[in-house]
Amino acid sequence: MDGAGVGIAFWALAFVTLGAAGGVMVSRNLLHAVLLLIVTFIGVAGFFVLLSAEFIAMAQIVIYVGAIAVLMLFAIVLTPRTIRDNSETAMVGPAILLGIALGTVFLFVIYDTEWAVVASDPALSAEDLGKALLSTWVLPFEIASVLLTAALVGAIMLVRTSEEEAEDDA
Amino acid sequence: MTLDLEHFLTVGALLFSLGLVIALSKRNAVGVLMGIELMLNAVNLTLIAFSRFGASEQPIAGHVFVSFVITVAAAEAAVALAMAVSIYRTRETVEVDQLDLLRL
Repeated sequence: MDGAGVGIAFWALAFVTLGAAGGVMVSRNLLHAVLLLIVTFIGVAGFFVLLSAEFIAMAQIVIYVGAIAVLMLFAIVLTPRTIRDNSETAMVGPAILLGIALGTVFLFVIYDTEWAVVASDPALSAEDLGKALLSTWVLPFEIASVLLTAALVGAIMLVRTSEEEAEDDA
Repeated sequence: MTLDLEHFLTVGALLFSLGLVIALSKRNAVGVLMGIELMLNAVNLTLIAFSRFGASEQPIAGHVFVSFVITVAAAEAAVALAMAVSIYRTRETVEVDQLDLLRL
């Protein structure tokens, strides 16, 4: 991947994405943390566009920003203001140490490995993805739909109150 | 400038490490979930980067895997947040270090 444009786009996206992810860590208000998380999701979607995966980028925006982040906002605003703080438990020290250790190992692996790379863009379109999903990966695709149905039914069952259950029995 | 596979893998690795720290250290259950979502996003970024740069007979497999990861992440978020709301109703808290009923 050559050119000044992609270079600028990469560094801007890397700065925004990692900066917003760091903000999720340091922000004291859970509501601000969710808003910064949305910025991170959009940054990752930008990376997908840069890697010519437009359909995945669109799915990322629709599902992560449009569904998961909004679901998190709902979970936060449904609980009282007093428990909106985003502080850490006593395990923050060991967690940071583990994170640094793991990141260091990853970076060593990334830069010490001779990756088998191709120079040209494989040029994958949404059409290719659709054909692959409905031919080679049709069984996991169907299982994923069953999983989604089960998860949604389970989520509804979990949040039902006992009064609502009594109403259904009557 | 030339962008290589390593650039994207580095961003993915740093994002994953940050997500791990957030998931392990946050007190609020929704905060822990945010860390998990960050980790899943980092893995998706890595998969797409390998799909774009890696020498493979089926580069579309990376895209297929990412769409499954997004599906499972959505299901996981729905169930986890339903559990958070349900736990809040019975225990009046969603702080993970307060939820220690099984502790001796």
